[in-house]
Amino acid sequence: MVDVLRYRDDEPVADPAVTVDSFAEQSNAAAVRIEPGDDARDLLPHLEQLRLVEVNFPAFTDGRGYSAARILREAGYAGELRAVGDVLLDQLGHMRRCGFDAFAPDKPIEAADAEVAFNRWPEVYQATGDGRQPIWAKRHG
Amino acid sequence: MYKYDQYDQAMVDTRVAEFRDQTQRRLEGKLSEDQFKPLRLQNGLYLQLHAYMLRVAVPYGTLSSAQMHMLADIADKYDRGYGHFTTRQNIQYNWIKLEDAPDILADLATVEMHAIQTSGNCIRNISSDQFAGAAADEIADPRPYAELLRQWSSFHPEFLALPRKFKIAVIASQTDRAAMKLHDIGIRIVKNEAGELGAAFYVGGGMGRTPMIAPCIKEFVPLDQLITYSEACLRVYNRYGRRDNKYKARIKILVHELGKDEYTRQVEEEFAHLQTQGIEPPLAELERIKAHFADPAFEAAASDDLDLSDPGFALWVERNCVAHKQPGYIIANISLKPVGGIPGDASAEQIHLMADLAKAYSFDELRVTHAQNIVLPHVKKADLHALWQKLDAAGLGTANLDTVEDIIACPGLDYCSLANARSIPVAQKISQRFAETGKTETLGELKLKISGCINACGHHHAGHIGILGVDRKGVENYQLLLGGCEGDDTSLGQITGPGFDEDGIVGAVETATNVYLANRQDGERFLDTYRRIGMAPFKEALYG
Repeated sequence: MVDVLRYRDDEPVADPAVTVDSFAEQSNAAAVRIEPGDDARDLLPHLEQLRLVEVNFPAFTDGRGYSAARILREAGYAGELRAVGDVLLDQLGHMRRCGFDAFAPDKPIEAADAEVAFNRWPEVYQATGDGRQPIWAKRHG
Repeated sequence: MYKYDQYDQAMVDTRVAEFRDQTQRRLEGKLSEDQFKPLRLQNGLYLQLHAYMLRVAVPYGTLSSAQMHMLADIADKYDRGYGHFTTRQNIQYNWIKLEDAPDILADLATVEMHAIQTSGNCIRNISSDQFAGAAADEIADPRPYAELLRQWSSFHPEFLALPRKFKIAVIASQTDRAAMKLHDIGIRIVKNEAGELGAAFYVGGGMGRTPMIAPCIKEFVPLDQLITYSEACLRVYNRYGRRDNKYKARIKILVHELGKDEYTRQVEEEFAHLQTQGIEPPLAELERIKAHFADPAFEAAASDDLDLSDPGFALWVERNCVAHKQPGYIIANISLKPVGGIPGDASAEQIHLMADLAKAYSFDELRVTHAQNIVLPHVKKADLHALWQKLDAAGLGTANLDTVEDIIACPGLDYCSLANARSIPVAQKISQRFAETGKTETLGELKLKISGCINACGHHHAGHIGILGVDRKGVENYQLLLGGCEGDDTSLGQITGPGFDEDGIVGAVETATNVYLANRQDGERFLDTYRRIGMAPFKEALYG
């Protein structure tokens, strides 16, 4: 069991995450796992019942999971969004900005190091739906 | 020029601190080279054949004198006293130590500069028209739009691990001086029938192994949807761009495989969705940026007279100077292509001098061009002769802009770990050959571009004459291409036939120019003649 860094107050889902394909067949599952080639939009009709979406990063250089995360959050998904796999310290901040609120890295990351990464950027240029006010909004607030 | 506010400064300062930490962890072995590589690349740091190379961003090619002086100081302090201006309007240093890189970034940050996203699979430095704000034919200054895009694309968390690099160019004039249609996204600022400004989007162009000219996917995006539309283009690419083969990972392949219409449909669908997400900065932000690019305080009654009695000066004016939108002013190009020199190289002393001259004669502003030259955009005609004398005395007065001597060349096998062949010696030999025979002036406009491998950093596909270095059984070999063009009538060069060795390619270029001279009609450039008579007469002369 990998250590999970989790930034939510609700109880973690115990169910194992099913694949997007099998989710289509047994649609009572509360946890699903997205692989890089999956289309996150296939889950949009079922967001109500989902409490955990895992997004797999088999290699940290494959950035499709960032778009998957934003698509789910933009559609109103409020459950746990967990990045799993080749999740590294230097990408944590970007993942958080795209809507991830839990991280299950293959190689554990110290919570204190993660905290430094999340606090690295006092300002941001873009609106990404993570609640942070972009610089342009501050300039014209 | 754009000036940072507290927020922009905080962003580059944070980046310096972040990269210092990452470099430290790499040197301590806490980060593997595989993990560190994308991080250093996104700070412009490549590992080349002999040392690290650092590529510093020059957003849309615009520099102040203070920034130019800093570039010279870095060349002296951390490199071997040289800088190399690149085809994406940036500057590279070829002899950098990894442990110095954080200090260099810190020095750059003191003059509002950085190396953010000058490499790696992310949105790169935004390029633009080198005559922006000065060109007589522009409908607007394109740089405010480029700056808006710079801020949006800097550290965009969704687009830092794209399938491949992503290059954007923005222009706003009749003439395309930025090879806009050979970019992943080319944006042309246009006016609609109501007289409003908007942006035409050309998506899926590029050079490299599979050169393609970008089709226009949207003729008019209103200015208050520019960021949202760009984000839609990028999101579709991030999700569906190929990741199984790095040679097929650029957006040009996606647009080609899906077809322009299907790609456009998907972008429109994403665009409709993103418009509900509130990601677009207000127009007030664009206005704020535009204020930074207001015209300098031109002298209203400046004279248009030029004394051309000095023949050396007259030649330089004819070759290197371009009409300015303001009466009494002119755009002066400084050629970094002295005969036999390394294209795009400048010494620290020359960089300092150009900075001083910009301060004295061009309202404190310089530009870097994609042809690897420097521009002083706003020179009063009354000052032009004095300026030229100072340039000439420093070896910067070469009158050969857009001629066969004004060669674009990549660093090639002298520096680059990807190259198959050397580019620099070929460029040197060609410019020497034509300077010696005195044919340069006779040939007029002739754009010659050399790449040392198929990645096409030297833009060989877009040269009126292009040269591609390849490796043939362990020997450097050079293919000749004819008929490429980067401007509005963009075309891709065609290979003439079997390649040549290093001396053979110099002779082949000369042979091709002889075919042109024998066939040209009144007023025709090399490219025009080639387009009229076709490849056959050239092949006949080269191989017959």
